[in-house]
Amino acid sequence: MPRAHRRVIKPLVFAAALLPLGWLVRRGLSGTLGANPLETITHETGLWTLRFLLITLAVTPARRLLRLNALIAYRRMLGLFAFAYGCLHLITYLWFDQFFAWGEIVRDIAKRPFITAGMAGFAAMVPLALTSTAAMIRRLGGRRWRALHRLVYAAAAAGVAHYWWLVKADTRSPRAYALVLAVLLLARLLPAGITGSARPAAGGPRGRPSATR
Amino acid sequence: MIIRTRRDIPSSQITDERLYLRRREFITLAGAGVATAAAACAEGAQAQRPPALAGVRPGPFGTSEARTPYEDVTTYNNFYEFGADKGDPARHAGGLRTRPWTVRIDGECQKPADYQVEDLIKPNALEERVYRLRCVEGWSMVIPWVGFPLARVIARAEPGTRARFVEFTTLLDPRQMPGQRDPVLEWPYVEGLRLDEATHPLAILAVGLYGATLPNQNGAPLRLVVPWKYGFKSIKAIVRIRFVEKQPVTAWQRQNPREYGFYSNVNPEVDHPRWSQARERRIGEFFKRRTLMFNGYGDEVASLYAGMDLRRNF
Repeated sequence: MPRAHRRVIKPLVFAAALLPLGWLVRRGLSGTLGANPLETITHETGLWTLRFLLITLAVTPARRLLRLNALIAYRRMLGLFAFAYGCLHLITYLWFDQFFAWGEIVRDIAKRPFITAGMAGFAAMVPLALTSTAAMIRRLGGRRWRALHRLVYAAAAAGVAHYWWLVKADTRSPRAYALVLAVLLLARLLPAGITGSARPAAGGPRGRPSATR
Repeated sequence: MIIRTRRDIPSSQITDERLYLRRREFITLAGAGVATAAAACAEGAQAQRPPALAGVRPGPFGTSEARTPYEDVTTYNNFYEFGADKGDPARHAGGLRTRPWTVRIDGECQKPADYQVEDLIKPNALEERVYRLRCVEGWSMVIPWVGFPLARVIARAEPGTRARFVEFTTLLDPRQMPGQRDPVLEWPYVEGLRLDEATHPLAILAVGLYGATLPNQNGAPLRLVVPWKYGFKSIKAIVRIRFVEKQPVTAWQRQNPREYGFYSNVNPEVDHPRWSQARERRIGEFFKRRTLMFNGYGDEVASLYAGMDLRRNF
């Protein structure tokens, strides 16, 4: 995919990634968030965090499978959207659920496994977002950057656990997310011969590491 | 059977003197409020409501708290027989046939019988009971139910000396209840009360809300309402009421005995293993409010549990 295409597609992907947020705002303005709007906002932002994490994790297997190295150009943006939705999700919890009662929040994190998992998942995403700039990649060097960014696996696993442990009885939806995550992780273990050549990417933008994660 | 009712007025029901002295002002304001509300209703979703029930009289134990709007009461439901999403019951319960509907009353009683639901309702004067409802998930509503004391149905069946518990069962019909095709819970849904809980004057069988026939998503044609317990105890679409000697195993206990106990009384001091029960979000309010012991019905029901360890008997 030539760079010219990327210049068109990238803004489109960016806009598409904003759609879930736009939809939430629209429902909020028209008063159609349901009987418990704050719960709807919490659930939706949480689900989109998890979805963007999984989409980000799908980039590398998709790139190998489709032999489409250019996909790497979208990985950082998708990962940052996961972080952005994660921030919204965390804010709704801190604000609308706990009203910034820090004592309660700390107790919640320590006592409730599903909150512990959620916080751990968010904490794992913070260094990834902070080191997502080209300057930080250069400063860390490819090898250390790659090692650090393996934290994304922990973030996704914690996200799935967070969701699973929250549900009262019907675990079908969290199980589906767990399955997708498992498939995406297993895809990384397959030998390169089956999934197509893992030819080193033709250089990410501005010398980004070309590692296949 | 003698059913004792409390004659003294609980402190929560006594009008504050300052308010009392301003009562005329209040009446004027209330009049204006009613006019505004009536106008709002006329243009609202009033037209979609089921037929009004005749001869409903105000019953005891009311609350002056703001009622949760009809729209919210009928679109935000936990009724897993129609799906686990809170919007599912309103979407999928419309097709449930609630007539003819048979309720079997049996077990340890002198007069077991199969009743048509009309015949079970008919001998009882319908009362409006405005109750708080607290869901185990941490949200709450205020709902004007229409119904009659469960004690009346129990008295009619004449339970024997071996009847210590009452077991309730919901309809089992996966064709009409699509949620029952998934093994989310072990179907049919089963609930239970101790006999003295079941005959308590607060416990009612509801057939309506907001003065009109109960919508299917709220448990038509007949549901239990026990306002001092978490919402899931108030079983919906009842087809069987059985008197038993042993404590029944309820659907949620079967699903997760560590998290859901037989009593499930609203208790801000005993947390759900996964979340706190200290506060709740009243539907329609922004800030959370403190959850009250026995959902604010302690004056009426605390004596039922005198001497019991409520942490163990959760």
